[in-house]
Amino acid sequence: MTTLLVAEHDGRTLNEATARALAAAAKLGAPVDILVAGEGVGAVAEAAAALAGVARVRVADAPALAHLRAEPLSALLVGLAAAYDAIVAPATSTMKNALPRVAALLDVMQVSEATAILGPDTFERPTYAGNAIETVKTRDPKLVMTIRASAFAPVGAGGAAPVEPVAPPADAGRSAFVSAELSASERPELASARIVVSGGRALGSAENFRALIEPLADALGAAVGASRAAVDAGYAPNDFQVGQTGKVVAPDLYVAVGISGAIQHLAGMKDSKVIVAINKDPEAPIMQVADYALVGDLFELVPALKAAL
Amino acid sequence: MPIKILVAVKRVVDTNVKVRVKPDGSGVDLANVKMSMNPFCEIAVEEALRLREAGKASEVVVVSIGPAQAAETIRTGLAMGADRGVHVKAEGRIEPLAVAKLLKAVIDREAPGLVILGKQAIDDDLNQTGQMLAALLDWPQGTFASKVALGDADVDVTREVDGGLETVRLGLPAVVTTDLRLNEPRYASLPNIMKAKKKPIEEIDAQTLGIDLAPRHTVLKTAEPAARKGGVTLGSPAELVGKLKETGVLA
Repeated sequence: MTTLLVAEHDGRTLNEATARALAAAAKLGAPVDILVAGEGVGAVAEAAAALAGVARVRVADAPALAHLRAEPLSALLVGLAAAYDAIVAPATSTMKNALPRVAALLDVMQVSEATAILGPDTFERPTYAGNAIETVKTRDPKLVMTIRASAFAPVGAGGAAPVEPVAPPADAGRSAFVSAELSASERPELASARIVVSGGRALGSAENFRALIEPLADALGAAVGASRAAVDAGYAPNDFQVGQTGKVVAPDLYVAVGISGAIQHLAGMKDSKVIVAINKDPEAPIMQVADYALVGDLFELVPALKAAL
Repeated sequence: MPIKILVAVKRVVDTNVKVRVKPDGSGVDLANVKMSMNPFCEIAVEEALRLREAGKASEVVVVSIGPAQAAETIRTGLAMGADRGVHVKAEGRIEPLAVAKLLKAVIDREAPGLVILGKQAIDDDLNQTGQMLAALLDWPQGTFASKVALGDADVDVTREVDGGLETVRLGLPAVVTTDLRLNEPRYASLPNIMKAKKKPIEEIDAQTLGIDLAPRHTVLKTAEPAARKGGVTLGSPAELVGKLKETGVLA
């Protein structure tokens, strides 16, 4: 039969995590349809149809789907499930919210954050904050799975899949969107950036974070990340957090500034291609995963690094 | 009217332990490793207690599913201030789908107005149970909560989402899962630890609930993640820029 991939988007543009999850979904060996759910998502559907290797794009356009709340999105997916062997989505906050609800309604377990597809029913996924990699085989009749997007390269463009509407489900109306406070940023998106510069507790203040980390990130064309300690201390907003409980990134270059390297943080970045640590403590755990380290005062080293670029 | 709150808690390897994969690939070595309440579950208990202290909840019931030792985790919740416990006794690996079904069975009897869970357990990192429970109950869900404002008939949940924060309004009863920044859990004081020993824990044998607990996933192998090569300490930022250009990550 067919695989249904749920597209991640913000209502206007298709998120790159979708193209990465498509690469994983294709490895299941069946044709892949993409579902674009939301309100006024015509442009997103066109972008999805242009991805290489897509069989069909199915579009559910309705006010109830505007913010992709779990209740209407899961009702939609359960309604479509009969025609699919597998329902797959990138492990974004939207999909981590909705897909387990779909799985339970279909009476199957979910495969969470798959990092490798070994066959149509066998997958690798990290556990214990990335300190162990499990190979799991499912015996469920239908696959529900989220994909760790950073583990897969995105598929390219060049497709021309047909776009077909699907009827949205009725909204039970027991949940409602109230408001959103989204962080505005001109920088690349953290989860898919090629370079990430992250700051930790050693920066000491939100002012220092802005004065040191952001200019270095801009000089590198990088996204900005933060450790949990920096977020908890109020130096950076929540959605900057890299780690087991924040975002998982695997950029070409990850620069950790004033970050000790707790297990929780390493879980979110240790698959980066090249890791640079700037830290005054040569014994910090981050040094064990860093390819290159500068040991010394970050307040001198960071401006000097920016100047050297 | 104040409502009853049910909190699900899980006993997991302590967050500060660096786990080791067994050489034969059969799993991680949990023999003689310190175990604790999952950190997100502590946040869930704390939030329930704060709602009770604000006069919005009448009772806080802590539920855990697992072997005999899971009672210790329930006792930790009682020492923090929860009123009573329910221990669903079950051996072996119980997956989130089965946990959600067992919790539903308890909830059908207890009829709470709100259920709070952690967003994920730090051992399996699955992040499913709360969503699955909400599905089985056909209740609305507020996952990854960083703020919970409980009203008479509904609850406003501010959620940590990828781009920032989002607030949803859920009709009660509802399921909420906690994110890190919801609150700072309290420590149990010694007098409260003593008092907790007298609080009741009801025991239910999972087998009596008529739920299929057999895992749907078979773990074929558990492996160490690929190790990184040892790195080098460089003398200057200029040297670093040179190395990064050599490796091609900088143009």
